[in-house]
Amino acid sequence: MKSWKSFLAASALTLAFGTAAFAARTDLVIGIPLEPPHLDPTAGAAAAIDEVLYANVFQGLTRIGPAGEVLPDLAESWTISDDGKAYTFKLRTGVKFHDGTDFNADDVKFSLDRARADDSVNAQKALFAAIDTVEVVDPATVKVSLKTPQGSFLYNMGWGDAVMVAPESAATNKEKPIGTGPFKFDSWAKGSAIKLVKADGYWGDPVFLDKAEFRIVPDAAAAVPALLSGDVQAFPFFQPDGVAQIEGDPRFKVVVGATEGETLLSINNKKPPFDQLKVRQAISYALDRKAIIDGASAGLGTPIGSHQSPASKAYVDLTGVYPHDVAKAKELLKEAGFENGIKATLKLPPPSYARLGGEIIASQLREVGIDLEIIPVEWAQWLDQVFKQKDYDLTIVSHTEPNDIDIYSRKDYYFNYDNPAFDKVIEELNLTSDETKRNELLGEAQKILADDAVVGFLYELPKVGVWDAKLEGMWQNAPIQANDLTKVKWAD
Amino acid sequence: MSAYLAKRLGIAAVTLVLASLVVFSVLEIVPGDPARLMLGMNASDAQVEQLRDQMGLNAPLIVRYLDWIGGLLTLDFGRSYTYSVPVIDLVAERIAVSLPLALVALTLSTAIAIPVGLYSASRRGEAGDAVAMGAAQLGVAIPNFWFALMLVYLFAVWLRWVPAGGFPGWSAGMWPALKSLLLPAVALALPQAAILARVTRSALIEVLNEDYIRTARAKGMPYRAVLWRHALRNALIPVVTIMGLQFAFLLAGTIIIENVFYLPGLGRLVFQAITQRDLVVVESVVMLLVATVIAVNLIVDLTYAIVDPRLRSRS
Repeated sequence: MKSWKSFLAASALTLAFGTAAFAARTDLVIGIPLEPPHLDPTAGAAAAIDEVLYANVFQGLTRIGPAGEVLPDLAESWTISDDGKAYTFKLRTGVKFHDGTDFNADDVKFSLDRARADDSVNAQKALFAAIDTVEVVDPATVKVSLKTPQGSFLYNMGWGDAVMVAPESAATNKEKPIGTGPFKFDSWAKGSAIKLVKADGYWGDPVFLDKAEFRIVPDAAAAVPALLSGDVQAFPFFQPDGVAQIEGDPRFKVVVGATEGETLLSINNKKPPFDQLKVRQAISYALDRKAIIDGASAGLGTPIGSHQSPASKAYVDLTGVYPHDVAKAKELLKEAGFENGIKATLKLPPPSYARLGGEIIASQLREVGIDLEIIPVEWAQWLDQVFKQKDYDLTIVSHTEPNDIDIYSRKDYYFNYDNPAFDKVIEELNLTSDETKRNELLGEAQKILADDAVVGFLYELPKVGVWDAKLEGMWQNAPIQANDLTKVKWAD
Repeated sequence: MSAYLAKRLGIAAVTLVLASLVVFSVLEIVPGDPARLMLGMNASDAQVEQLRDQMGLNAPLIVRYLDWIGGLLTLDFGRSYTYSVPVIDLVAERIAVSLPLALVALTLSTAIAIPVGLYSASRRGEAGDAVAMGAAQLGVAIPNFWFALMLVYLFAVWLRWVPAGGFPGWSAGMWPALKSLLLPAVALALPQAAILARVTRSALIEVLNEDYIRTARAKGMPYRAVLWRHALRNALIPVVTIMGLQFAFLLAGTIIIENVFYLPGLGRLVFQAITQRDLVVVESVVMLLVATVIAVNLIVDLTYAIVDPRLRSRS
């Protein structure tokens, strides 16, 4: 009798656990290091805004896929006129914003006009600079006319800063974002967490998660116990130095991918003696990229020789232009008339790649006779002194915007670099939409930058993701700063 | 008593005005533009100017100072640049975490420190005293973020009794909210308790050497009664002073512990606001903290009068 009882109890237990196992989890807590200042991707540069909302809550005409490719989103298809100046977008129908209002061509016109208006505070206003007019052809068709052909226009429309918003809710998106995506905003406990829930009546493929919470875990040391205790199940952007504690634990996956972050030893090209090519070349020869990656990024990250992500199709490996060669660096400095050495400053913003990398670089440059005084600065100070006033010699920063090689052609940019030959290539690139031709031009641009040793090209910032081993569909690479949850699910 | 109070209040008002001047001018001198910080590296200068106008940053200094002070006087703390919500809302949310945390930590540290201090003082020089004060020394020496991490690994990762961090909010229920404050409170309380125990001990020892203690003992009063009724009461003044200082610290100086437990407290709000140059938030919260510290000091001063009747009659 007794044995029967325990048998029954055991089967009841198996049954209970069995059914529990069949229904996969549908909730997820994701750890993010920085809290977004607000929740409107069209009104701020902070990557944290897109990391929560892009593709989840807000969608654009196009979107950027996991491999950095342009995919249709709210625009089902498009045609481009022969002169490359008119884009006609065919919109999806039956799309609703989370407040129940319809999405149609008027919203597209509103969103694009708002972003490029004179009083717009869109952080990437340059994306819309080529637009001349936006016309509503019919509720499901929009025609965008450009002033000049722009090869990257479809890509630009896939940025978080170009997402579609509704006139009724645009003003309040900072606090209560209303988009067209598969998740809708639920709540935001400031300093603590942002919660999203599955949206009813979503137009696209249904998502697997019912609830997603973005929890703010600012301290890298706190991220490990948060993961181990099960409080947080995924850190898509994990600090590389914490990996050693998680690696080898079968409950978790460590996934190393690429970002669009070219980490640079930026040089003030107008400030003597760095206005001399030989001095900049000497710096490039003095850098030992492997040692920098080992010390500043736990050995993760790909060396680069110019300004393009190794994950990109247009990438040309130029790391061999200036290999690590101390003798050569000293020789070049001597030729430039600095056999007695150079004294300069190195301003370092807060991220660990800069602070740790800075010390290694300072010791590498000291070996060839360049004596650097390290000055740590906060972001606000960095933006003010280095970026705006260009009051610096050298600095370290990762340029995380995707496909941003054109920054070297910008007038008055903080590199103070000026090369008409390079500007010409970029100009031509802007007018080209054929991909093969574009990649060729991008290759040419990369070579010019490498030859000019404009900055010290260090490495592509890795994307180190750590999450529960049963979690599927998270992005390995970060072609844009986002946490696209549309394909994320728990394995049964 | 009322003259005493009036004098205290006057000093408090002057301190507040001076503090507001210091806070405002320091933040003006610090380099960094909140508008540029929000728009990032790809925005043009003209656009940054546009945002500065919208944020009211282009108004003359004196106008902005007077606006701010005027607002404070009518209890309008302004709007956060980054969150674009009223500062008072932000502060209210954070106080809902920081105040209970500070109270729990202070209660814990007092509950540990006073008995330990009493025990040590009454067993001065004995083995028990040496052990207790050795432990207190250790408590002062251990960095609290390290102690906090050890607590997390033991109670959250290994035993899984409490969450590793975060705050579910009071809406999630009393117990889940309190549970998430437990480890941080312990981590905060321990070093405070260690300091408080040492202060209690030395204050008691000093009092125990007084003549009236000997008199009380001589008239046949039991040792325990002497300790509680005469010694402890007289030793409380330095103890209460330290507790007042500790409370002010616990309310806003706990940024490291808040980071380890990723708690949305006041300390992190100020820290975040400073890095984002959210000037209005920094200014208003710092003023609020100054006011709190002054208020706590005032309460401590009044407590002296309760503890020590001589202070009452003298004024």
